Amino acid sequence: MKTEATVILDGVGVRRALTRIAHEILERNKGITDLVLVGIRTGGIHLAHELAGRLEEIERAPVPVGSVDITLYRDDIRTQTPVLPVGKTEIPFSLEGKRVVLVDDVLFTGRTIRAAMDAMMDHGRPQCIQLAVLIDRGHRELPIRADFVGRNVPTSRKENIQVRFDEANRPVEVFLEKN
Amino acid sequence: MVFKHKDILGLQNLTAEEIELLLNTADSMKEISKREIKKVPTLRGKTVVNLFFEPSTRTRTSFEIAAKRLSADTLNISASTSAVQKGETLSDTARNIEAMKPDIIVMRHAISGAHHYLAKRVSYSVVNAGDGQHEHPSQGLLDMMTMREKLGTLEGLKVAIVGDITHSRVARSNIYGLTKMGAKVFLAGPPTLIPPGVERLGNVAVCGRMRDAVEDADVVMMLRIQLERQGKALLPTMREYSRYFGLSEDVVKLAKPGVLVMHPGPMNRGVEICSDVADGPNSVILEQVENGVAVRMSMLYHVSGGGPTE
Repeated sequence: MKTEATVILDGVGVRRALTRIAHEILERNKGITDLVLVGIRTGGIHLAHELAGRLEEIERAPVPVGSVDITLYRDDIRTQTPVLPVGKTEIPFSLEGKRVVLVDDVLFTGRTIRAAMDAMMDHGRPQCIQLAVLIDRGHRELPIRADFVGRNVPTSRKENIQVRFDEANRPVEVFLEKN
Repeated sequence: MVFKHKDILGLQNLTAEEIELLLNTADSMKEISKREIKKVPTLRGKTVVNLFFEPSTRTRTSFEIAAKRLSADTLNISASTSAVQKGETLSDTARNIEAMKPDIIVMRHAISGAHHYLAKRVSYSVVNAGDGQHEHPSQGLLDMMTMREKLGTLEGLKVAIVGDITHSRVARSNIYGLTKMGAKVFLAGPPTLIPPGVERLGNVAVCGRMRDAVEDADVVMMLRIQLERQGKALLPTMREYSRYFGLSEDVVKLAKPGVLVMHPGPMNRGVEICSDVADGPNSVILEQVENGVAVRMSMLYHVSGGGPTE
């Protein structure tokens, strides 16, 4: 089958979107007190580091970044044969009382976010969890919405959206594949 | 890379890639035991039966904790309290348990190959927790996980295994696993306790003297002398054994600086290892136990999605 790819957000567009999200996070949370970022493996982790860099630049203080692998929390784990590889979850700080911003590249059915929130709760009881995504492509299957969105992209279920990263794990562009 | 086996019977029939996958998953699982809530929902609704025909505290407890941290339901059956005492055969015991629809059986049995016999006859997954003098794959994996964690790689390591090799399933699983992963294994022990032809297993050398095996080693693994079993007929005295094959601080000095001292437990302090070494700075014996839980979580996770037996 032939696939054609369309770039829907170029490098400049991605950087602008991330800068805007960083400002929105600060506005909503009134600064970086108790703020932590947790990226969802693997695209979300790279974006969380991008956001943390911008937040530090604006506020002149570092924001802790953690990462979560949601494989063990998937709701379709029982039907996966063979089982999926498990990546590392690294949250080297307590989430108790923290304002957690979950970061992912593409928001689709919402099932990944449900799994990530369950994982967060096993690391303590955060004050709140917010969600930042670069792309919201619709088709939610659970009552979940993002607090910060880079761009809303209406898609059909057959299409595929990918965020491409370079070797230094910096976002290069976002493209949409039609099958 | 995916794991396609229904069972884990030993490291002999796993590839280097499969062993690496099990170790990588174990690295990821380790973090769960350090959390406030030490549990993930992955094996919810699955039943894991620990069926132990030989006494064990460490391995059984470790498998039980591993299953519980993955949210599986567990139950323990030990030979002394089961119908085995009344003369039931292994096959009948297994089929009766099968009728209760378990998903995974973790078994220890005194007869080498008992797990292979069982795995062919039942639909659930069989995980070997030690069979006779054959294999103890979870111990081999946790030893390799500890080496890799401390030394960064298994490739090119010099690993000395000292003691009763003949009767040791720990030694066999380590030999199969380590040589597949590119390590060199040096064995030392009394000639009565070294199996003939063991060099044929791969990158394995037999040393007559302990110091030849330990010299420049990255890892020294001491095996337990099984006093209750074969010690008497094959060894003149424990004192003599300890003098020639016991690990003292002087012997440790022959190995590389920073050498890892390992022991699968339970230790006979003052026989195969002296207390100064067992509790010393090179000892990683308690890290082995800690990693055991992570390795067993990885094994249970991977067989839970396994296909038909090969």
